[in-house]
Amino acid sequence: MTPRGFRYLRRKAVNASLLTLSAASALFGIVFLVWILREVFLRGARALNWAFFTELPAPPGVAAGGMANAVVGTLLLTALAVALGVPTGILAGTYLAEYGRKNALARAVRFVSDVLASSPSIVVGVFVYALLVKPLGSFSGLSGSAALAILMIPVVTRTSEEMLRLVPDTLREAALALGAPQWKVIVAVCYRRVLGGLTTGVLLAVARVSGETAPLLFTALNNPYWNWNPLRPTGTLNVTLFNYAMSPYDDWRAKAWGAALLITLMVLVTTLLARLVVSRTEIGRS
Amino acid sequence: MEALFRNATRFFAGLVLLLLGAIVVTLFVDALPAFRAFGPSFLVSQEWDPVRNLYGALPAAYGTVVSSLIALLLAGPLGIGIAVFLSELAPPWLSRPVGVAVEMLAAVPSIIYGMWGLFVLAPVLHRSLYAFLEERLGFLPLFAGPSLGIGMLTGGIILAIMILPFVASVSRDVLRLVPPLLKESAYGLGATRWEVIAKVMVPYGRTGLVGALFMGLGRALGETMAATFVIGNSHTLSVSLLSPSNTIASTLANEFAEATSDLHLSSLIALAFLLFLITTAILSLAKVLLWRMERAVGGGSR
Repeated sequence: MTPRGFRYLRRKAVNASLLTLSAASALFGIVFLVWILREVFLRGARALNWAFFTELPAPPGVAAGGMANAVVGTLLLTALAVALGVPTGILAGTYLAEYGRKNALARAVRFVSDVLASSPSIVVGVFVYALLVKPLGSFSGLSGSAALAILMIPVVTRTSEEMLRLVPDTLREAALALGAPQWKVIVAVCYRRVLGGLTTGVLLAVARVSGETAPLLFTALNNPYWNWNPLRPTGTLNVTLFNYAMSPYDDWRAKAWGAALLITLMVLVTTLLARLVVSRTEIGRS
Repeated sequence: MEALFRNATRFFAGLVLLLLGAIVVTLFVDALPAFRAFGPSFLVSQEWDPVRNLYGALPAAYGTVVSSLIALLLAGPLGIGIAVFLSELAPPWLSRPVGVAVEMLAAVPSIIYGMWGLFVLAPVLHRSLYAFLEERLGFLPLFAGPSLGIGMLTGGIILAIMILPFVASVSRDVLRLVPPLLKESAYGLGATRWEVIAKVMVPYGRTGLVGALFMGLGRALGETMAATFVIGNSHTLSVSLLSPSNTIASTLANEFAEATSDLHLSSLIALAFLLFLITTAILSLAKVLLWRMERAVGGGSR
C-alpha cells in the first residue's frame, strides 16, 4: 500500500472511531435518564395509594399514613412563590426589553440575573434565614416561599425579556403613532402578543423550583401536621423526602420514593408544558 | 401613569442587582463572628467540632473542590461529545429527541439524583468499580479502602451526571455559532468530519467551550442535595477517593437547622459566604467567556 493510501485509511479510521465515541456519549446520557426515571417510576408507583394523599404522616416506624400535608404544603409554597416572584420578574424583564435595552443598568441586571440563575440554591436558603427567619423568630412557610421566589426571579426576568424582544418594533410604533402612551403599548400590545411566552417563563420558573429542597431545609423546615399559617413551619414533599430517605425505617424509605415520583412528575410535566406552550404560540412560529 | 410604570419596572430591575449585593452583605455580616473568632486559620483548619466549638473550613472546602473537579473531568469530555453529536452528527429526526432527553436530564431535580445515587447507583458502584479499584489499585492512597459505596468518588460521579446536560447544551449552542462557511470550506478541502470538528469548530469555539466547562464547574460546586445523599458526610479529611467526605453545601444541609451554638451557625454562614464568592466568581467568568464568544461571532459574520 502506498503511504498516501495508508494515511487516508488512518484518517478515516480516526474519524469513524471518534464519531462513534461522540454518539456513545449521547447514548450514555440517555441511559442515565432512562435508568433514573425507571427506578423512580417503579419504586414510586408502589408507594402511592389513596392514604398517601389523604392521611397525615404516621409516627416513626409505623407502616401507615401518608403525606397529605406535604402535598398541600408544596402546592401552597409554590403558589406563594409564584405570587412573589413572577410579577417582580416580569416587570424587571419589561425594563430590560422596553426601557433599558442597552443602557448600563440593563446590562448589569442581565449579567447578575444570569449569574444568580446558576448560583447555589442553598446559599439563597442561608440568605433568607438571615433575612426573614431570624428576625421573625420562627421557621415559616412564608420564608420558604421567599427563598423559592428569589430562585424564580432570574428565570422569569430573562424569559420575559427574550419574549418581549420578539415583538416587532413596527407593532410598537404603530400603537405609539395612534397616540398610546408607552406603558399602554407595553401592557395592551406587547404583553398580549407574548402572553404564551410569558406563561412559558412562569412554567419554567415553577419547574425550576418545584424540585428545590436545599433552600427549604432551614426556611420552611418541616411539619408533620396540617398547617395553614404562613408564619409557621410548613411540611413539603421535598423536605419530607429528604428526612424519610435518610431515616432507618423501610416504610419511610418506600414513601420517600412515592414523594420522589410526585416531584419528578411535577417537574417533567411543567417542563414539557412550557415547551408545548411556546411551540403553540406565535413565538414558536415566527 | 407612564412615569409610574416606567419607574416600577426600573425598580424591580434594580431589585435584581440589589439581591446580589444583599446576599453578599448579609452573609458577610452574619459570618463575621466566625471570622473574628478564628481569623485566617478558619480557611486552613481541619477541625470541625461542635462539641468543643471549634470550626475550620478545610475539609468541606477540599471536598467541594475535589468532588467538583471529578465531576468536571467526567462530564467535560462527555458533554462536549454529546454537543458534537447533537450539532454535527445526528440527523434532525434524531437530534431533536436526544436534545429533549438532555433537557429532561437537566430538569430532574437534585434530590432525585441524590436519592437514586444513594439507593441505586452506590450499591452498583460498590460491587463493581470500587471492588476492582480497591483490589487492584488499593495500594495507592487515592484508592485506599475500605469502600462503603458512598464517598468522594460517588459524589463526583453523581455531580458529573447532573452537570452533564448543562455542559452539553451550552457547548451545543457554542458549536452552532460556528459559521457554516468555515465548515464548508474545510469540507471542500477534503477534511473528514472529525477533522472539521477538531480542527475548525473546536478552535473557533474555544472561548465558548471553556465558558461551558466553567458553567458546569460553577453548578457542581454549589450542588447540594445530590452531594448530601452520597458524599458520606464526614468531616475527616482523607486522601482516598473511596472514603466518606463532605462538601460546603452538604455541611450546610446537614447542620444548619440544628446548629448548636451561635458560633456554629456563624461558621456555617461563613462557609456559605465562601461558597457564594467562589461560585459567583466562576459563573461570572463563564458568562464573560460566553459573551465574548457571541460577540466575536456577531462581529465576524457580518
